[in-house]
Amino acid sequence: MAIDKETVKRIAFLSRLRVEDDKIEATEAEFNKILQWIEQLNELNTDGIEPLVSVNENNITCREDIVTTGNHSKEVLANAPQAAYGYFTVPKVIE
Amino acid sequence: MTDLTNLTLTETLDGLKNKQFSATEVTQSYIKSMEANRRLNAYVLETPEVALAQAKEADTRYANGTNKALDGIPMGIKDLFCTKGIRTTACSHILDNFIPQYESTVTQNLLNAGISILGKLNMDEFAMGGSNETSYFGPVINPYKADNSDADLVAGGSSGGSAAAVSANMCVAATGTDTGGSIRQPSALCGVTGIKPTYGRCSRYGIMAFASSLDQAGPIAKSVKDCALLLNVMAGHDDKDSTSATVAVPNFTQLIGKDIRGLKIGIPAEYRPDGLNAEISKLWDDGIAMLKARGAEIVNISLPHTKYALAAYYIIAPAEASSNLARYDGVRYGLRVEGNGLDEMYINTRSEGFGKEVKRRIMIGTYVLSAGYYDAYYLKAQKVRHLIRNDFIEAFKKCDMILTPTSPTPAFPIGDKSMQDNPINMYLNDVFTVSVNLAGLPGMSIPMGLSEHGLPLGLQLIGQAFDEQRIFQVAATLEQDAAFKRK
Repeated sequence: MAIDKETVKRIAFLSRLRVEDDKIEATEAEFNKILQWIEQLNELNTDGIEPLVSVNENNITCREDIVTTGNHSKEVLANAPQAAYGYFTVPKVIE
Repeated sequence: MTDLTNLTLTETLDGLKNKQFSATEVTQSYIKSMEANRRLNAYVLETPEVALAQAKEADTRYANGTNKALDGIPMGIKDLFCTKGIRTTACSHILDNFIPQYESTVTQNLLNAGISILGKLNMDEFAMGGSNETSYFGPVINPYKADNSDADLVAGGSSGGSAAAVSANMCVAATGTDTGGSIRQPSALCGVTGIKPTYGRCSRYGIMAFASSLDQAGPIAKSVKDCALLLNVMAGHDDKDSTSATVAVPNFTQLIGKDIRGLKIGIPAEYRPDGLNAEISKLWDDGIAMLKARGAEIVNISLPHTKYALAAYYIIAPAEASSNLARYDGVRYGLRVEGNGLDEMYINTRSEGFGKEVKRRIMIGTYVLSAGYYDAYYLKAQKVRHLIRNDFIEAFKKCDMILTPTSPTPAFPIGDKSMQDNPINMYLNDVFTVSVNLAGLPGMSIPMGLSEHGLPLGLQLIGQAFDEQRIFQVAATLEQDAAFKRK
């Protein structure tokens, strides 16, 4: 499954990353090299094998669904590049 | 007085308890060493005033007999752990000025036990790398050099700053994290001891996430017992991390010094591929002979899917990373580069903030998770992950523990062209370590000797889930028999 220039552009946008026009070809080649290497997995028959999502065995615990913390808006906003009136601020979005 | 920075954690604690020296004196010695070794670029932030204030408190507790488990031990903290009020960047430009408002559970546990924090340690950006060269702050330089070359060598990665700092006596011990080998490989390359505990042993709360199903914190230190003492404090269930295990934390030092007679040590055939570095192969044989001489039983085992572990890892880890790193968007913390509208602000921020390797993995991860490819790549990799875990389950029916090399080579030069030109060559450094993360098992690297040109080499012990105690037991015998001396 080789990827092409359009796919590189699409993946870059989904990732919210910019790939400069003069880098697209090199990126395409590099990704194809990595994907080709990854495709060795196709040698393996995995029919009937469950995907392993977590190595925790019956280990994940649920805590009681109650509020345990809060009122930290000052700390939450402490590292915000821009904040006003107790909120994060973003560029104006008009659809 | 002897140089206090030569002492292990165990020796330092003894000296503090016997009032041979004070925590303040120990801390001052390490601060001097930290300054003297700045060339190695192991620390990205030095916090001597924090360390001295904490040492002073430790001295008060020693004076009135209320001292704690690790009181007065100066440590370096990998820059992936959030430390309250102390800048934490994951060595990424995107978190340039991030000051955590809370403490990670692992560092909080260590602070509760009385350690002092000397500073934050260099690492690969967001722990993505095997040589510490992807750090925004530049590579860490290995304290060792080959005797036939003056070239600066890598310290390994991603916890390169941690391993180099311990190796060069710039801290008594350090925290590390390990997603595919990031504690064990740099430990091997710098001649120090490090353990990646079982997945779930330590809380991941407050550790910046790379690949959440693989990430695990652990100690890097000067001896096996030092690591055990540190893990005693670092480990334990945490309500703030639902994947942290509820199993009891034993005393990890308990079996150290106990006879290993009759223990079955598995030797996996797949870890000796054609073309394995002859020195590594010999080191492994020596380690096998040492365990045998101690009365352990050597068992040949097979981990048949080993060869597919790296490829599975390089689907799963980037997939999880692409999701975890979506949070760096210029809105809530870190860098923000303005643009025309919201999307352009995101793109400008992330394009400027992330380095090359991180961008590569985010894009690979995004691709393997995207519509139409999810089953072919991501689901396939998770199935292979299951096969790899089953390999270990089968193997542990025949043996108690597994011995392998840690890294396929000793430290290599900074800027190595074959690795810079082809990322897959860099990924191959993790060939002996990634399976352990995929299976969620504990693995430890023990320094065992020097290469022909005087570079440290390590062996890895892989244990069953939550069986770190016996890893420490066997590791201690290897440590004693190899008698590796840090320079």
